[in-house]
Amino acid sequence: MKGLPLKPKFVAGIAVLALALAYMIYAGVTQSAVYFVTPSELHTAAKTGKAYRLGGMVEKGSVNWKPATLDLRFTLSDGQAKVPVRHHGTAPDLFGEGRGAVVEGTWMSEGYFQATLIMAKHSEEYKAPHDAASPGYQELMKSLRSDQK
Amino acid sequence: MTRWLGVVAMLGVLAGLVMAFLVAPREMTQGNVQRIMYVHVPAVWVAYLAFLVVLLGSVAYLWSRAPAADRTAHAAAEVGVVFLGVNIATGAIWGKPTWGTWWTWDARLTSVAVVFVIFIGYLLVRQMTDDPERGARFAAVVGIVGALNIPLVHFSVYWWRTLHQPPTFAKPGPAAASSAIGAALLVNFVGLLLLCAYFIAKRYDLLRAQQEATA
Repeated sequence: MKGLPLKPKFVAGIAVLALALAYMIYAGVTQSAVYFVTPSELHTAAKTGKAYRLGGMVEKGSVNWKPATLDLRFTLSDGQAKVPVRHHGTAPDLFGEGRGAVVEGTWMSEGYFQATLIMAKHSEEYKAPHDAASPGYQELMKSLRSDQK
Repeated sequence: MTRWLGVVAMLGVLAGLVMAFLVAPREMTQGNVQRIMYVHVPAVWVAYLAFLVVLLGSVAYLWSRAPAADRTAHAAAEVGVVFLGVNIATGAIWGKPTWGTWWTWDARLTSVAVVFVIFIGYLLVRQMTDDPERGARFAAVVGIVGALNIPLVHFSVYWWRTLHQPPTFAKPGPAAASSAIGAALLVNFVGLLLLCAYFIAKRYDLLRAQQEATA
């Protein structure tokens, strides 16, 4: 067996995997398989009652949060189109105005998006406070005692 | 020799902990939860390198049928699976408070899960036949296919819309992080890399002793 070339079934298996990978990349690049739709895309082909994942920026000044009833309302925008979103429950820590968010839910006939899950999308930037390279130990201890703010 | 590697690795990991908790600043937007990055990111880089060793060992084994090449690939695959498991677990723990979910099927998380499953398959397929030489051959093919998926994981955040953000450090141009955060990450990477090398060396020795005992 030493030094023999691979058996045909191995070659066939590798070919199938390579084709599957090529299809995934093709589908991704042409956006025919997407993780989330944008507000513009939702507007062009919104089906009532269909489950969507919708992604966009949370419009500045649009967040309306009622802690007593856990009702959250905000607007997602992609710069061209806007979608009003309603949710019952808390949002993750990084959710906020001017930041990205991805929500799961359905488009309602009343003209708003009813979310069942809110996910915050964060940027790849990591900054020290005021971008000073100062030791973080005191800050860590302070925050563990939770006496900040 | 292996023992000294273990001692150096332990010192490296300790230095990493000091950097992560005492030197690195509390991140501006995320706060202390961002410190998970000092394990999450180096763990996946180390896993990638371990799977690169699997790729090289597997190609060498299919070429030469040298048992040493298979032992190297086998040991690296086991350790790579552990580090990738650490990466996925810390990612979930980090994702819950920041993103609001433990897991989501975006392209980055899905492609990482695919690589994880392929390398678990690599370890299983070795045992599927009574002839260890045949098992090693099957595993080598699975190992090569698994390692070829790693560029897909890396570029997934560019090729698809994802919840996961694009790379902070592993990209062209300057890093999108403060220098203290970058330094802490680098020290942790070196620490985990040494630990990974120690684990692989240890597993290699054990596999050789096992094969000598059964031969």
